[in-house]
Amino acid sequence: MNKQVKVRESKMKKLIIAAAIMALTAGSALAQTVVRMGTEGAYPPYNFINDKGEVDGFERALGDELCKRAGLTCTWVTNDWDSIIPNLVSGNYDTIMAGMSITDERKKTIDFTQSYYPPTASRYLAIKDGVDLKHAVIAAQVNTIQSAYVAETGATLLEYDTGDETINAVRNGEADAVFADADFLAPFAEQNDSGLHFVGDPVPLGDGIGIGLRKTDPELKGKLNDAISAMKSDGSLNALLTKWFGDGVQTY
Amino acid sequence: MFSFCSEPDTLDSLRWFACYLTTGVEFNLYLSLGTVLALLAITAPAALVFGFLGAMASRSHFLPLSLLGKIYTAMVRGVPDIVYFLFFVIALDQGLEWTKHQIVCPDWTEPIRQGANFIVCPQAKIPLSTSPQWVHEVYNFFLAVFTFAIVFGAFAANVLSGAMAAVPRGQIETAEAYGMTHRQAFWRILVPQMWLYALPGLSNLWMILIKATPLLFLLGVEDIVYWARELGGTKAAKFSAYPHPDWRIWYFLGLLVFYLLFTKVSEYVLTRINRRLARGQSISGNMA
Repeated sequence: MNKQVKVRESKMKKLIIAAAIMALTAGSALAQTVVRMGTEGAYPPYNFINDKGEVDGFERALGDELCKRAGLTCTWVTNDWDSIIPNLVSGNYDTIMAGMSITDERKKTIDFTQSYYPPTASRYLAIKDGVDLKHAVIAAQVNTIQSAYVAETGATLLEYDTGDETINAVRNGEADAVFADADFLAPFAEQNDSGLHFVGDPVPLGDGIGIGLRKTDPELKGKLNDAISAMKSDGSLNALLTKWFGDGVQTY
Repeated sequence: MFSFCSEPDTLDSLRWFACYLTTGVEFNLYLSLGTVLALLAITAPAALVFGFLGAMASRSHFLPLSLLGKIYTAMVRGVPDIVYFLFFVIALDQGLEWTKHQIVCPDWTEPIRQGANFIVCPQAKIPLSTSPQWVHEVYNFFLAVFTFAIVFGAFAANVLSGAMAAVPRGQIETAEAYGMTHRQAFWRILVPQMWLYALPGLSNLWMILIKATPLLFLLGVEDIVYWARELGGTKAAKFSAYPHPDWRIWYFLGLLVFYLLFTKVSEYVLTRINRRLARGQSISGNMA
């Protein structure tokens, strides 16, 4: 009531604008159950754009199932990896499912659900043998746990915006090896195209992959956590993991 | 798309390409060509309007107005386009959200700027996070169009005020001698004649505008550069029925040809228009 009086005191025009905005917001409050799922769309098999132009991959399948179990209507949007956290915080979408490992540093800015993918092993992929991984030039995707790790090893770090570009950097000789999630690199190693193969030992990094959320969204976090727990206990999460990452994958 | 596309592995290369180029994901590239054309179709007239207003303002005898016009046109001089684009889009978006925030969330106590983040109340987001995806895309597109129009409007204002100054002084004096008012002389004598002087500059601007359209990519709009990069990237056999190695060079080559053809056609059309305008003018028609 108070607010309306205040508005009337100013100009008529302002009142109309305010009324229009209120009408818009009132309408959207009813549709509050639409959850916008943010992903990168360039990190197979976690998430990628398929031949039809839709978001596809492990996280699409898992996310849709989680939304179904939590009774949410979800839509998928893609965002560049580099700005994926700032745009979550500013509200462009409500969750991040983009192969994002749970780390203490990220927890300062955003919240995570429990992990839906066990702590990942990261690996080096190279064309040449005998790369001295401590002193070589290593490509990694920008703002990843892998790029942070490479920076600490003393190797020369080359950062790229997308995972695809890190692979190309090794192919055309700009980098000696690429360091990334083993599951992202596995298809390239299997195809053995241009002689790409794993070198060195797997490096365990991070606390597993979880859904990133704004810290102000505990309700959504609760719903998704429950759904993940349910999928862990009935084995359906393990089935999805095996389907997308093969039999060698670590399961729950 | 075609009936023979069900098993791409078995096709010969011609039919393979016919199938590959008609998958749903490739259509995003073709649609984004439409985005670029729509951008040009809206930006060009809008920038011309901004330019005309800017040129008129800077010629004004009313000091604040002429200062405003001069500042606007001077903007084009020392700052690179990319800086404008990055600044305007963020400033415009945050400005709109801040204003809406003040109206719909007067009781909000949290600071809007938290470190590097700009956080308004959820009801003040533009568009609302609950809006469908196309609303978000259209909003981003129009932010980009508006920014293009402001920046290219400033260029156009420069060209148009130069063109207005180039119309021989004698023409205006004659008009005034016939008893026309300032305004009448401006609209009846100056404006119709200035186009001939403005056209070479405006043609040049149009060319620059065409070539500036990939800046959309920088603004987060999924334009042809975005899709060329996305589609050209390596596709593994596991995740696509049409696996291919890194083909970005071919996609970018396609873009190169597209832009070259587009500017070539524009050049031809603009030369014709110029020749047409020069007909019957007091100066010779070899301006272009």
